[in-house]
Amino acid sequence: MNKNVVNKIAIGVLWAAALITVTMLGIIIMYVVVKGIGVISPQFIFTWPHGVNAEGGIWPTIVSTLYVTGLAMLITTPIAVLAAVYLAEYAKQGRAVRIIRYAADSLSSVPSIVMGLFGFSFFVEALGIPMSMFSAAMALSLLMLPIVMRTTEEAIRAVPRYIRWGSYGLGATKWQTVSHVVLPWAMPRIITGVVLAMGRAVGETAVVFYTMGQAINMPVTPLDSGRSMPVHLYLLAVEGINMPAAYGTAFLLMVLILIFNIGARLIVRKYRKAR
Amino acid sequence: MTEEQLPKKPHQTAYNEPLTDDPKSEAFYVRNLDFWYGNFNALTDINVDIKKHAITAFIGPSGCGKSTFLRCMNRMNDLIDGTRVEGTMLLDGADIYGHGVDPVDLRRRVGMIFQQPNPFPQSIYDNVAYGPRLQGIKNKAKLDAVVEDALKRANLWKEVSGNLNKSGLAISGGQQQRLCIARVLAVQPEVLLMDEPCSAIDPTSVQKIEDLMVEIKEQVSIVIVTHNMQQAARVSDYTSFFLQEVAGQPAVLVESGRTNGIFTSPMDKRTEDYITGRFG
Repeated sequence: MNKNVVNKIAIGVLWAAALITVTMLGIIIMYVVVKGIGVISPQFIFTWPHGVNAEGGIWPTIVSTLYVTGLAMLITTPIAVLAAVYLAEYAKQGRAVRIIRYAADSLSSVPSIVMGLFGFSFFVEALGIPMSMFSAAMALSLLMLPIVMRTTEEAIRAVPRYIRWGSYGLGATKWQTVSHVVLPWAMPRIITGVVLAMGRAVGETAVVFYTMGQAINMPVTPLDSGRSMPVHLYLLAVEGINMPAAYGTAFLLMVLILIFNIGARLIVRKYRKAR
Repeated sequence: MTEEQLPKKPHQTAYNEPLTDDPKSEAFYVRNLDFWYGNFNALTDINVDIKKHAITAFIGPSGCGKSTFLRCMNRMNDLIDGTRVEGTMLLDGADIYGHGVDPVDLRRRVGMIFQQPNPFPQSIYDNVAYGPRLQGIKNKAKLDAVVEDALKRANLWKEVSGNLNKSGLAISGGQQQRLCIARVLAVQPEVLLMDEPCSAIDPTSVQKIEDLMVEIKEQVSIVIVTHNMQQAARVSDYTSFFLQEVAGQPAVLVESGRTNGIFTSPMDKRTEDYITGRFG
């Protein structure tokens, strides 16, 4: 076959593959928007459900979702960042570090239903913590930890050598260099990693189902239980009681993730501007 | 140690001024220095005096080891795995590779400027105050004074005095480089090492940097690595010419001494060829 023809076919196939990906994304979003937007109203967002929890609004589930995600972020970020600093800056690069990195990657690929089961049997049954925001946040941070750790590690490694040298050249110790120069430099990418992980946690169903419960509740303390939006959506859909409300919840869930991503971009941009 | 038993290629550095016998009279006193990256002997048998209160230029083609040698002088090469130094390197008469010498303390005494301006992602003020703060200075008035003095000495004060809270990354490349110089001057080093400080910035700033070098050399001995012959001839009092003649073989110091001697009547043919632009 003529090589120009082969070239054209190759481009066509690649283009089609890209088109399919974008189209699928578009269809999913359109589907949820079309089916869900009808029920969206201030009442839907800001009031409590009633009846068999299928009518009315979903306000407590929104609060529960944000609560547990925020808590999980607060637990995850310090641990993951410190672990990444250790791996990237202090640990002797070799077998042990490779094993830790591989373990982190493996941890992030554990099916979330397994993580939920583990969270339930460990935090709730073994440690006796009630099914609550706290238990769920702990289990979610197991999912978030490897994501934040790996992105932070990459961000730290991407800090140019001459920036570190500038600090060492002024008589700074390693820790002074890491805390005053390397981490601030890497911060935009670290934030991106944290938000990415939060996006994952917001949509997580299995883990919170096991560890937070499913009772509609307005959480105040971390030891209160609640029902998150994905769980609410799951229960509405599986029982088929109110499909429009299920799509409405799905729509709001996607909006929430979108807000997170836009927020991350704004923070990163602000950081870049401050430079 | 086996390297030392092997017969070395005979090599002689030309000096237009004799080497000193008094290490304390020099900023740096270097004898029989060899440097290794792993198994690769990058520099061999370097003997040189770096004069106090003067500007010394290191010249030579790319990859001739002049930057490597510069980084030996504040032990920045310690940060690269597998590097090793042999021989004598004395700062003001004291061995900087001696037992118990803390490289962190050494780098306070021997500051460094890099080719790429490298301000930290902080304000101009915080950049300059970085070193003094590491040394424990917290008093605001004192810090203000140190910052102002350093920025003035770096020829930057007039341009930024109204804007000290601006990010160090938001100013021009040439200003950034002068900010980095101010940052180093703020810790009162005895020696300032400059690794091609002008190769990435605009000509106006180059002029300002050369001016400030001459202004501060009485207080700070300066060593500058440069590819620019005119710059070496313009600003330096002493010049050292490094050369790696054969790839894979260590680089040597071909000629060293007073700048006007080296540029007007070089003693080695290779020096003459290099400064007249015949290679490199």
